[in-house]
Amino acid sequence: MKEPTAVRELSFGPSINEALRQEMRRDPNVIVMGEDIAGAAGRAHLGFIDAWGGPMRATRGLITEFGPERVIDTPISEMGFVGAAVGAAMTGLRPVVEVMFVDLIGMCYDQIANQAAKMHYMMGGHVKLPMVIRTAYGTRGDKRAYGGGAAAQHSQTLYSVLAHIPGLKVVVPSTAYNAKGLTIAAIRDDGPVVVLEHKFLGLQAKGHVPEEPYVVPIGKADVVRQGTHVTLCAAGRMTHLCLDAAQVLAAEQINAEVIDLLTLNPLDEETILQSVRRTHRLVVVDEDTPVCSMARDIAARVAEKAFDDLDAPIKTVTAADTPVPFSAVLEALYTPRVEQIIAAVREQMG
Amino acid sequence: MSFETNRNATGAASADAEVPSAPDGEGLARKCLWIYERMSLIRQFEERLKWLVETGTPVGPVHFYIGQEAVAVGVCAALEDSDWVASTHRGHGHCIAKGVAVAPMMAELFGKVTGTNRGKGGSMHITDISKNILGVNPINGAGVAHAVGAGLSAKVRKTKQVAVAFFGEGSAGVGTVHECMNMAAIWKLPVLFVCENNRYAQTTPIEYACSVPNVADRAAAYGMPGVIVDGQDVFAVWRATETAVQRARAGAGPSLIECKTYRYLGHHQSDDTTRYRLPEEEQAARDRDCLKGFRARMNAGGPLTMAQLDEIDERNKRLMDEAVEFAKAGAVPEASELYTNVYVPDGKASR
Repeated sequence: MKEPTAVRELSFGPSINEALRQEMRRDPNVIVMGEDIAGAAGRAHLGFIDAWGGPMRATRGLITEFGPERVIDTPISEMGFVGAAVGAAMTGLRPVVEVMFVDLIGMCYDQIANQAAKMHYMMGGHVKLPMVIRTAYGTRGDKRAYGGGAAAQHSQTLYSVLAHIPGLKVVVPSTAYNAKGLTIAAIRDDGPVVVLEHKFLGLQAKGHVPEEPYVVPIGKADVVRQGTHVTLCAAGRMTHLCLDAAQVLAAEQINAEVIDLLTLNPLDEETILQSVRRTHRLVVVDEDTPVCSMARDIAARVAEKAFDDLDAPIKTVTAADTPVPFSAVLEALYTPRVEQIIAAVREQMG
Repeated sequence: MSFETNRNATGAASADAEVPSAPDGEGLARKCLWIYERMSLIRQFEERLKWLVETGTPVGPVHFYIGQEAVAVGVCAALEDSDWVASTHRGHGHCIAKGVAVAPMMAELFGKVTGTNRGKGGSMHITDISKNILGVNPINGAGVAHAVGAGLSAKVRKTKQVAVAFFGEGSAGVGTVHECMNMAAIWKLPVLFVCENNRYAQTTPIEYACSVPNVADRAAAYGMPGVIVDGQDVFAVWRATETAVQRARAGAGPSLIECKTYRYLGHHQSDDTTRYRLPEEEQAARDRDCLKGFRARMNAGGPLTMAQLDEIDERNKRLMDEAVEFAKAGAVPEASELYTNVYVPDGKASR
């Protein structure tokens, strides 16, 4: 009898680290760049190297393998280094830049929205722009003494302001498995891709991650739970909340289907529509604030294209329409919660 | 108008600008021919465009380069074809100096599918990446970052290419430019920061908007050489660029070259310069015209004859006639073009 192969498990940060490492080995034109992505820059001669590795430690150890020419700690200059990535991508490199938190996107929004996203179109298709922007987002959203606790300028989600831009692909992994596959897909893509990495996925994301490189395709959603009564649709950490809600609802004989969007733009509209045509109900869960959000965009698309298939009004569960508060109690109230999802479904089921 | 010419940031005088002692007599003549061809072609392109605008051709907003030709051409005279250039909103001159053909440029301004950008860019994005131009870019200072990225790319790929960031004195106030100068300096990137100081950011004069008399003075803050050159003197620009290129290729890092020049016309076609400039100042600038200066220099013992220069002017005039015909004859884009080239490679927009 054959020995059962041990299934290797990784958590979120290490799976992204493995993706970066394997792609850097495969292609010498892949570089990584950002603030403190290695840490202690230029101090190797004092014995200091690789002091931090970014908020997820996703870049830890890369400098010792690939050196400071390809693992580039930058000054605090988001406009400058994201712009430099645009120039590097136009001239033969495949840069992966880390914007430490998505809240800092305002510092480099021109280079993302006006430059990276539009260059291919403005030049009539005559240029490729293979660059990746990795950025951390999200709140912890529970009532522990310390929530995320990073307040209004270090806890946002903000993916709607990225998904809004034509030409920019936006992906949101939810597990260690799809984090590795989407990161590799993003690096191999010839256009600009933003990868949003949730800061507090923790054990929820941990799971089997194959050791060999693989791609999770951009633009394809994943039906992570099959169901017949209602479609729950989310991304990132919210997918896990939907799965938790589905488990509670199952005890009430409500069978929820859960779609993990994985890519916000270009959105896999077809998977959502097909699901809604079977379940006839839709709840969209979104960690971002509600105005001009993914939640309302998806609701509008389904209302336009599958209205006759709906048995109940579409519901959205989003973050509060407020800045992110500091206090753990308030932060938990700000963030979408499982009980809100359950309540929305119960209301739909009448 | 007085220029503080040929003075580096520390105030030391450099040699007078004269015809540089290029390779040999014949090599110099060839170079001078090339320089005049390009300067004359830029002037004719812009003058033809101005006429088209004034006679009602819809070309969108355009920012004329007339008066500044010596800067683009002097810089590109010191570059290889494989070197990179990042341009500004006032980019027609940089494109022509780097070798972009005028017919597809004109077709682009006409919004035709035969244009450099398939009619999707217009004047403010007109470019040809095959000539190693990173884009004409109307977001002030944005292109500077792209040049720094190209310099980084050259360093990582070990290609010995250099990258030039053109920017105006107005963009010298943009944060990106400062971030980029710092990064290029700490990483010793092969980048040339070329400031085209034409003295006006739209209507705002430099003496109002800049905290120091010269943009080049700021080079000291980033630990790089800062040189001021007479931007009306193509040879001075060429020589200063050669020095900076040598430094960059040697791995010694970036340089800042400030070219003092002048924008003869308004910021764009609808800008009335009489609302913020004195006529005497405009006349003084035109009296130092770079094309006239070049001709005078050739007349005073340079390697080209007036007949050769006239012949170049004639040839460029024919090129412009052909360019306008090419632009007129081109097809407008098919409706389907709206949705192509949104995603790389050629995906469709989601809708």
